[in-house]
Amino acid sequence: MNFNKNIKVILATDCGSTTTKAILIELIDDEYRLTHRGEAPTTVEAPFEDVTRGVINSITELEELSSRKILKDENMIYPSKDRSGIDVYISTSSAGGGLQMMVSGVVKNMTGESAQRAALGAGAIVMDILASNDKRLYHEKVKRIRDLRPDMVLLSGGVDGGTITHVVELAEIIKTANPKPRLGTDYKLPVIYAGNSKAQFNIEETLKDSVDLILAPNIRPTLEKENLKPSRDKIHDLFMEHVMAQAPGYDKLMKWVDHPIMPTPGAVGEIIKKISEVEKISVVGVDIGGATTDVFSVFNGEFNRTVSANLGMSYSICNVLAESGVENVSRWVPFNIDSSQLTNSIANKMIRPTTIPQSLNDLKIEQALAREALRLSFIQHKEFAVSLKGVQQSRTISDTFDQKISGNTIVDMKKLDLIVGSGGVLSHAPRRSQAMRMLIDSFLPEGITEIAVDSIFMMPQLGVLSTFHERAALEVFNKDCLIRLGTCIAPCNVFKKNKLLFNYEIDINGEIVSGNLSSGELKLISAPIGKHKCKIIVDKKIDIGFGTGKDFEGFINGGEVGFILDGRGREIFFENDYNNRINQILNWSKETNEYYED
Amino acid sequence: MSKSYTPGLKVLKHTKVYKERLLPLKGEVHSKINDEVDSETIVASTEIPGNVQMINMVNKLNIDPNQILDCMTVNLNEKVSMNQIIAENKGLFGLFKTEVKSPIDGRIINISDVTGQVVIAEKPLPVQVDAYIPGAVSKVYQEEGVVITSEGTFIQGIIGIGGEKKGLIKLLVNNPKDSADISQLDDSHKDTILVCGKHLDYSFYERAKEIGVKGIICGGIDYNTLSKILGYSMGVAITGTENTTTLIITEGFGSIDIASNTFNLLKENINKNVSVNGATQIRAGVLRPEIFIKSENKKTSDKFHEKNLIISEGSIVRVIREPYFGKIGKITKLPFELQKMKSETMVRVAEVKFDDNSKEIIPRANLEVILSNE
Repeated sequence: MNFNKNIKVILATDCGSTTTKAILIELIDDEYRLTHRGEAPTTVEAPFEDVTRGVINSITELEELSSRKILKDENMIYPSKDRSGIDVYISTSSAGGGLQMMVSGVVKNMTGESAQRAALGAGAIVMDILASNDKRLYHEKVKRIRDLRPDMVLLSGGVDGGTITHVVELAEIIKTANPKPRLGTDYKLPVIYAGNSKAQFNIEETLKDSVDLILAPNIRPTLEKENLKPSRDKIHDLFMEHVMAQAPGYDKLMKWVDHPIMPTPGAVGEIIKKISEVEKISVVGVDIGGATTDVFSVFNGEFNRTVSANLGMSYSICNVLAESGVENVSRWVPFNIDSSQLTNSIANKMIRPTTIPQSLNDLKIEQALAREALRLSFIQHKEFAVSLKGVQQSRTISDTFDQKISGNTIVDMKKLDLIVGSGGVLSHAPRRSQAMRMLIDSFLPEGITEIAVDSIFMMPQLGVLSTFHERAALEVFNKDCLIRLGTCIAPCNVFKKNKLLFNYEIDINGEIVSGNLSSGELKLISAPIGKHKCKIIVDKKIDIGFGTGKDFEGFINGGEVGFILDGRGREIFFENDYNNRINQILNWSKETNEYYED
Repeated sequence: MSKSYTPGLKVLKHTKVYKERLLPLKGEVHSKINDEVDSETIVASTEIPGNVQMINMVNKLNIDPNQILDCMTVNLNEKVSMNQIIAENKGLFGLFKTEVKSPIDGRIINISDVTGQVVIAEKPLPVQVDAYIPGAVSKVYQEEGVVITSEGTFIQGIIGIGGEKKGLIKLLVNNPKDSADISQLDDSHKDTILVCGKHLDYSFYERAKEIGVKGIICGGIDYNTLSKILGYSMGVAITGTENTTTLIITEGFGSIDIASNTFNLLKENINKNVSVNGATQIRAGVLRPEIFIKSENKKTSDKFHEKNLIISEGSIVRVIREPYFGKIGKITKLPFELQKMKSETMVRVAEVKFDDNSKEIIPRANLEVILSNE
């Protein structure tokens, strides 16, 4: 696009539920690079109730740090010239609770799940799945819709030419509930119908007077096929036209941006897909936020996204505690603390969500919580990212993978090449080894898996940038965003104590590092970014991803942290005795240079 | 001079308060502009749709869905009584007819010739909205509600439970650093709002609830105690619908002195009528619990301004995270550069001077402006 040739300075913001982040990308020596970053509290809530206040504040900080004049009387200066102005402004948003949807389908784990996948892929939080077979009574479903007040409903159900009555019944439930949208009182609830095409007339007759009905092609035209993209596009359009337009200040923000505002998770999904596509690898990405944790995966070209709506590091930090349990959180805390102190400390973060840990112990508690939030989110993702149920698989994105038994998770840890972490607790961890440990401890990679983090949490902005300027997005992503931390090598099984697992020999820029790993051990070997020749001779009962007893010889990637050899087993074995457990995790911390000795 | 935005809770004396009192659905407004109202005055009312019941006529009458309209003996939107015949089939030669009776008093809201189902809605439920605070009606939203304007003391808490309550305010402690004892509670505290000091335990709360105390204000509470009161572990702070004694925590979780300016304002208003609301939402649409006491005089100080949320050198702030949690001090410097904390986190900081003249470097994110107009 010729238009892109004139872009020298790009301003991008992400309006999160807690903070608004602004980044400045500049063309330097014919290469796009991130140059500065600013942030400020998001201002969707009272007393400001105008998202643009937070945007202006974050840009003002950016101006201070970069010495570039971007605003004049709170308007962007175009085009860029010397140390003033910008050429493009883009934004993502998850403020105001993001996009909250209900979806429906006739059979919960068939059309219901397809509808859920479509909504999640578009960046929505799915509040509930309404299905003809969900065993709830009619009035219970009506009450549920009234109580939840979704921003939007995706109504699906029936393959083309299949059931009409069940789909119309779902429409009648929506009509009876007549829910009032969460934001704004004067507009009709948007309902996207993407079910049996033969039922479109009946659906129109049922709903046309009570909701804003939008028709889309069936998301499950046959049992063997999902067609999610048209519904995702409609969801995105409606998000812009209806939901965003109702949120405080967004009418102004929508006029400021040069490209449509994307929901933050939708933008992160774009960049994860791009990594998988460009590097031809399987990827798991995670974005841990204040209210929610999003997990993305691409295996064999198939993209899945889940959002754990109440697993986050500030607003929903107590829900992590409630769902995980105090014992599971405290097993990661390497010092003595009573339950009451621990829970009060966590609850205080919930009520003052923008605070940050000043003391080392506070940081350790937050990182313990993060491990549990990430672990629970990934469990939910594995349960959701499954092959189409009841049929042989064939998805729209790719049909090149093996046929498996339907309904199985497609997340295969042994085939996973790369884990990418994003979100404040990972991107802003004072030591990169902390981020690597959090990702390994919660995702439990098996075999040989590379680990990376988003340097300063800018994947959302790059995701939206990639939709119109792929070159700029990829250059910044590779040079400034993705920090390659290193590689984790972890045998897959559970082992007896002190068992020899494997011998290793690694050539790190000419220096040979060799040794062995026994069960229960965690070792860090420093290795800079780049490929390093590695030979691993395993015990005959050990599997490092290539089959039991199979050795490995090849190249593995180093990084800012290096190689972590993890012999703790899958699941990780923890000592039962309180003091022994503390010593155990202190030892793991020491071995991996996680915290300074205080 | 560098500046920074921080969150802040309002602790205001002689301030103007505006309260929107809106219906959940459109209805009738009973007050007009400039009407003087007290906290119990009903200002608007409406009816919300009743529960629905569905009848599968196709099964009951053994017909096809497209025959349903021929079988209905009542029309769409018609009121029906319990046991009233609402549909019947033609039977065999006019005999052996099957009849379907309404299971409830209500109204027919849907007859579907696609699904063959009939939906009956129960009687609507009346909903009334009171003024909540004494004052004057300053704005009327046709069919939706009103705005009440009043002058007085307005204090926000950090978290609460329970809905809107009104009562006389009583202090059980004379010092914000003390905690009330269960032995201080007696039947005279029925229908009152009690200020209980720095910490609340479970037995005290349960006894107060038993007596009929309307609300409790205190500095801190343990997370585990709050979970016990709620009957579940609080995951996300969205409260206000609990049917219990309203609780307003002013500072946070743990045992924390009530901030002295908050305590002094409450003390000044002993035995006055107070309106409290424990409803809290720490997520989209942040809502904090609140305390309002109407002033006798109409004197008001400056309104809240956005600039009050900016900290700069000289601002009075409270630290809202360990290790200096709860301490109040004055900003002496706002360095531009990022600084390394003990946690090794690099952050923008402020230098804060405390009452004992000690100075500490605190992350700006861990400071809260005290929005006081005294």
